[in-house]
Amino acid sequence: MMHAPSSTGYGVGASLLRKEDARHLHGRGQFVSDVKLANTQDVAFVRSPHAHARIKGIAIPPDAEGRVFTARDLPRLAEMRAVPQVNGFKVSGYPPLATQKVRYVGDAIAACMAPTRAEAEDLANSVSVDFEVLPAVIDAAAALTTTSSLVHESWANNLFIERVFQEGNLDEVARTADVVVRRTYRMNRHVAVPLEGRAVLAYRDHRLDELVVYTSTQVPHIIRLGLAEVLGLEERNIRVIAPDVGGGFGSKARLSPEEAAIAALALELDHPVRWVEDRGEHFLASTHTRDHHYRVTAYADTRGRLLGIDVELIVDGGAYAMWPNGPFLETGMAARNLPGPYNIRNYRVKTYTVATNKSPIGPYRGVGRPGACFAIERTIDEVAHAVGRDPLEVRMENMVTSTQMPYTTIANLKFDNGDYPAAVKLCAEAIDLTAIRARQQRGETDGRLIGVGFACYSEQTGHGCGEWVSRGSPFIPGYESCTAQLMPDGTLMLLVGIQSHGQGLETTLAQIAHEELGIDPAKISVRHGDTGLSPFGMGTIASRSIVMAGGAVAHTSRLLREKILKIGAHLLQCDAADVRCAGGKIVGRSGAVGMDEVARVAHLRMEALPQGVEPLLTVTSTYQPGIDTGVYSYATHAAVVAVDPVTGLIELLDFAVAEDCGTMINPMIVEGQVRGGVVQGIGTALYEEIPYDEQGQPLAGTLADYLVPGAAEMPAIKIVHLHTPTPYTEYGVKGMGEGGAIAPPAAIANAVRDALVSLGAEVNETPLTPRRVLAAIRQAQAKTRG
Amino acid sequence: MTRIRLRVNGKAVVDDVPPRLSLADFLRERRNLTGTHLGCEHGVCGACTILLDGEPVRSCLAFAVACDERDVTTIEGFADDRMMAVLRQAFHQHHGLQCEFCTPAMLITARDLIRRNRAGSEKEIRKELAGNICRCTGYTNIVTAISAAAATLAGGEDTDIGATHHKASA
Repeated sequence: MMHAPSSTGYGVGASLLRKEDARHLHGRGQFVSDVKLANTQDVAFVRSPHAHARIKGIAIPPDAEGRVFTARDLPRLAEMRAVPQVNGFKVSGYPPLATQKVRYVGDAIAACMAPTRAEAEDLANSVSVDFEVLPAVIDAAAALTTTSSLVHESWANNLFIERVFQEGNLDEVARTADVVVRRTYRMNRHVAVPLEGRAVLAYRDHRLDELVVYTSTQVPHIIRLGLAEVLGLEERNIRVIAPDVGGGFGSKARLSPEEAAIAALALELDHPVRWVEDRGEHFLASTHTRDHHYRVTAYADTRGRLLGIDVELIVDGGAYAMWPNGPFLETGMAARNLPGPYNIRNYRVKTYTVATNKSPIGPYRGVGRPGACFAIERTIDEVAHAVGRDPLEVRMENMVTSTQMPYTTIANLKFDNGDYPAAVKLCAEAIDLTAIRARQQRGETDGRLIGVGFACYSEQTGHGCGEWVSRGSPFIPGYESCTAQLMPDGTLMLLVGIQSHGQGLETTLAQIAHEELGIDPAKISVRHGDTGLSPFGMGTIASRSIVMAGGAVAHTSRLLREKILKIGAHLLQCDAADVRCAGGKIVGRSGAVGMDEVARVAHLRMEALPQGVEPLLTVTSTYQPGIDTGVYSYATHAAVVAVDPVTGLIELLDFAVAEDCGTMINPMIVEGQVRGGVVQGIGTALYEEIPYDEQGQPLAGTLADYLVPGAAEMPAIKIVHLHTPTPYTEYGVKGMGEGGAIAPPAAIANAVRDALVSLGAEVNETPLTPRRVLAAIRQAQAKTRG
Repeated sequence: MTRIRLRVNGKAVVDDVPPRLSLADFLRERRNLTGTHLGCEHGVCGACTILLDGEPVRSCLAFAVACDERDVTTIEGFADDRMMAVLRQAFHQHHGLQCEFCTPAMLITARDLIRRNRAGSEKEIRKELAGNICRCTGYTNIVTAISAAAATLAGGEDTDIGATHHKASA
């Protein structure tokens, strides 16, 4: 279904400048820590310095009474229990404040309250905890077999879950394949680092009989659900508000122990209480991400045609299962996406999701797929090297073609449409592959080695009911909601259950309403992130908001339009079939009436309404896409690197993306999302890592030892678009928010492999630090010397 | 407590502050100037950048007591500043902000590098922005916006104050 670009220049397809910019350019945004309420007290947490220990006692100074709260002081606060509907998943409670044991460095033990954060920290430092230190489970591979030390003592081992997926006849392929390539890959543990950390402010509103919780979250309604569960409250008595949120990237999509503890604390107090995460706490105790360990065996013919792949995957889930989904989603997504956009018909994957004494993992932009993409895309290149062919050709020959669409992968992903090989070609042109190869031939005067690498992916987005049920998700985010309310003066209010924290949804959703109703986007307000305002919604996760909330706005606007046209036609004394909405008016054959007039009649002059039409112009409806299995954006990324073989330093010379996300509501915003995602993916590839020592101490705790990409190291990222609208969504849109982060680690590692091809070195672990690059070069040299 | 007398956004302010109170906390908690953001509180991310006697400073690392007799300008204090007006429009027009948490400090840094004639090339702008982390945009559009603002301020093509659409992709 092709969608013609909006004729007004403000609707679908217009690069309209963002409505949300005005307040932020003047520093007038309101983040949780900007909300000022009288008598607010600040909280600092006492956190575990040990990875694994039994709590023998907690000593609170006598003068601190009533200001230090442990689990014992907050009896209403229950454990958070993530219970995915997945057979064999071991459930473990996560006490928001530790009770008997601490299970990672940073595990919260007590909340300390004072008029300022500095004084609260003083108080936290005055609390002493008596620990019996236990052996820590740190190495993920060893955790598979370790039973002498258990993260959760009620379990028989340290496995959240193990699973096998098998399709086709891999044993037969293994017997007969000409080419066998074996590799291990590792994507190390890191963290999201939204520039605004987490923050919670809670108080009781006695007039409304509500617990009001301001929190920096992507999923306000889901947090309300979680708080009701752990606090034993009714949902009508909780209001969750996510005001401006300074980035989330998935890390603010789970109920956090601090959210639960601060909310519980507010119930006990007669004044507001808040906690604002500092950056050290973010590294220590916010949800971590990735930590994938792959062992891949690929079978191919002599042309590099992939016959089958056999994979073992360990995901280090950390100490606890985050409410509501736990770590299994990460593993499951990696396993299902590992065959990539390729026509592979024999596949076996054994997955192990292990518990260790580290911070729990949660979602982060790309969820599972950056690791899976790294594993398959590095493998494709190695298969090409093994058969002596160009990785680009081998990649394209293995790829699902447009004539095979719709295509069901070996792991049962149903690609809807698109031309995947065309993206590879366009991307190669975008970086001028011919010129790079010529430059490689000439060599560099400074001795650096030039390399180019590609990586491809398809990104399942906007997936619906059946998909989430099959994954075992406790809640099914297969729909989204909208209330459209025409105000008495003809301006429009849209109330939605998602949250916009950089995605520009205050603009794109207004564009969609404009498309359907003809109202100037400047006269449309979009309200989100507040359970007290909007209908129930699942929040902004999983690249779903433009498909789901965009769809809900379109659908609801059309229902509203029906009633507007009925009233407008009555006022124009003509048939409803003969009028339409355009330019803020209801236009008939021989005249027009303003939207403001229709709105006025519907609210203030009911005697002018047509017979049988009720007053008010407010509609609430939900939307679900026309397909359960998702709509697939896809892209090829290309990286050009210069590697210094003496220092191991990698410079990114160029980076290009050829992508297809169907119809773009606002191309400017799409490109912003792509570039932001790519740079986060570059962070995963080159810089970001939280290593742990053998005792389970995290070794990165500041932005000085944990690097995130800065402007100086980043290239300008080129983007080329393909346009294949999907027939299954409103206007043919596909989600695309996460995609940018998926392919950069693989593309960059392939580029480094290409640069080092004469040395025979490859780096199969992220981040590709100078140390790892040098180690790989030395290892290759040692091998050559024999 | 120590008494300090300083100017904040052009207004005289007198307050008694504990010696360990950071300038950022002073501005945010006592003056309610919440456009100054705290992203790391250890001087790396740059989100708390303000002007102290006209020079960009990390307000999370500066102490309020050290600002006696000094002049502080935060993002709320550029109402009549043409450079800032042009920069704001350029960031808007080139989509140089997403979640917006880094934006006020990014604007203050950008204004300073234009003032010092350090916005000549893409490479130079990128190098000058090394002290300001943005986690959302990937920097490309920020660099473009600063470059466009610098051109406008140098008397070249005017940034279109009334623009409603993005130029490149419209």
